[in-house]
Amino acid sequence: MAIDAATVRKVAKLARIAEPEDKLEALSKELSGILNWIEQLNEVDTDGVEPMTTAVHAKLPMRDDVVTEGGDPERVLANAPKRAGAFFVVPKVVE
Amino acid sequence: MSELTSLTLKAALDGLAGKRFSSAELTQAHVDAVAAARPLNAYILETPEKALDMARASDARRARGEAGRLDGAPLGIKDLFCTEGVRSTACSKILGEFKPTYESTVTTNLWRDGAVMLGKLNMDEFAMGSSNETSAFGPVVNPWRASGGNAPLTPGGSSGGSAAAVAAELCLGATATDTGGSIRQPAAFTGTVGIKPTYGRVSRWGIVAFASSLDQAGPIARTVEDAAILLSSMAGHDPKDSTSLDVETPDFASFVGKSVKGLRVGVPKEYRVDGMPPEVDAIWEQGIAWLKEAGCEIVEVSLPHTKYALPAYYIVAPAEASSNLARYDGVRYGSRVEGSNLTEMYEATRATGFGAEVKRRILIGTYVLSAGYYDAYYLKALKVRRRIADDFDQAFEKVDALLTPTAPSAAFGLGDKSDDPVAMYLNDIFTVTVNLAGLPGISVPAGTDANGLPLGLQLIGKALDEGTVFSLAGAIEKAADFKAKPAKWW
Repeated sequence: MAIDAATVRKVAKLARIAEPEDKLEALSKELSGILNWIEQLNEVDTDGVEPMTTAVHAKLPMRDDVVTEGGDPERVLANAPKRAGAFFVVPKVVE
Repeated sequence: MSELTSLTLKAALDGLAGKRFSSAELTQAHVDAVAAARPLNAYILETPEKALDMARASDARRARGEAGRLDGAPLGIKDLFCTEGVRSTACSKILGEFKPTYESTVTTNLWRDGAVMLGKLNMDEFAMGSSNETSAFGPVVNPWRASGGNAPLTPGGSSGGSAAAVAAELCLGATATDTGGSIRQPAAFTGTVGIKPTYGRVSRWGIVAFASSLDQAGPIARTVEDAAILLSSMAGHDPKDSTSLDVETPDFASFVGKSVKGLRVGVPKEYRVDGMPPEVDAIWEQGIAWLKEAGCEIVEVSLPHTKYALPAYYIVAPAEASSNLARYDGVRYGSRVEGSNLTEMYEATRATGFGAEVKRRILIGTYVLSAGYYDAYYLKALKVRRRIADDFDQAFEKVDALLTPTAPSAAFGLGDKSDDPVAMYLNDIFTVTVNLAGLPGISVPAGTDANGLPLGLQLIGKALDEGTVFSLAGAIEKAADFKAKPAKWW
């Protein structure tokens, strides 16, 4: 299926990636090329086939509901682009 | 001391055990080789002081009689593995100067066994690529060149730095990861051995996530035995990865050299694809002949959904990637580009930090997961994935393992395919099926093409049957007697 520039704009917004207007057309062609190639999956009869979400046959393990680590804000904040005390700083979100 | 860097891992460990040289000497030889090989761009971060500190500590342990199974062996680490206090970027600008405050389970296991870290290895950004050209640090150059030419070739990807470093003798072995072929295709392009183990065999904890249901770490090394030694150290159950399998890790090296007589090896007819160079087909035929001579029974099998593996992968992997990469928002780590509000900051940070291929895959992933398209694309791909896994289950009722080419060509020129995403994706046509089904697959160098470039053969095993894969790979290695090395030009 071909996707147009407007769809790319919408998807880029959903993905939180700023794509300049003058690149949308080229991107839509590129993505359409990939999606057209993917279309061949429709040739496969998948009626009644259970979707495969994992290659692991084991059951997802449960662990005890206890604190394993924590209480170390310095390690958590060590790579913060911007911090104030023990907090990450982000642009104002509440007026 | 180029003799020290030319040793296999096994020979180096024997030399250390026999006190013929120290880890400090072995490591210094590698540090020097790494510094002299910068034109290859294999290492994006060299850690010589750390390496020599680790080597001296190893020598001290050995003197006390406390040496581990990899003690003193210098290794390269793919930049996808988080290493405590050492910059880890997945070769993306968005991670900036990120220095993890923790160590990945795989590298923790290697250091537990005494290995020495030489530095961090180049790769495609977030492991998305088959040529190493998407790296924010620029491409790795393959140490191999076509005979009579000096055009730079790709080492493959995404573990191109790992493969190039092993081939150019810049480490005794390297860690790598494989989501669709990223260990095996670079191994094939560089004349090295690379194994992607069964999904769940090796912990993913502390490895930057690309597509979590497909990602699996493994080693690249110069011999099958070396790869087996490294995998035994890297693998093992890890409660910090919920998909890590709670199974014993065998001594994989004990399977190398075992007789393969009587094993039934399948040859999937769908792997004979249009446009495959005759040399790839010829090396495959040669591999079949070698295994017959070693006493294997060759059986033609059918994997009817093979051609749908790549398109299914290019839904599943980008979908998972779009979710995994949502964490790069410029808030907690990595680089940030300011905006007038939070959304603008996210959008500017991600637009600046991600490269073109990564953005392309995030957009595809976001699209196939978005309302109205989820069933048509994502769910359909998961169903096709089941069909592909069922194909393997049926084949493995008849055979013990499968033999295929690793890649549809030898190493190609840097820049040759960078304008055509789908042509680039086709590199993984023989490897991606194995990730979708979660099976072990190894690439072994089997010969060279007319230009003198290495070609690899792939052996695929049943889940958790790496042992048989190692035995068969050992048989191919012995028969091929692949001794060619890249002529040093760097």
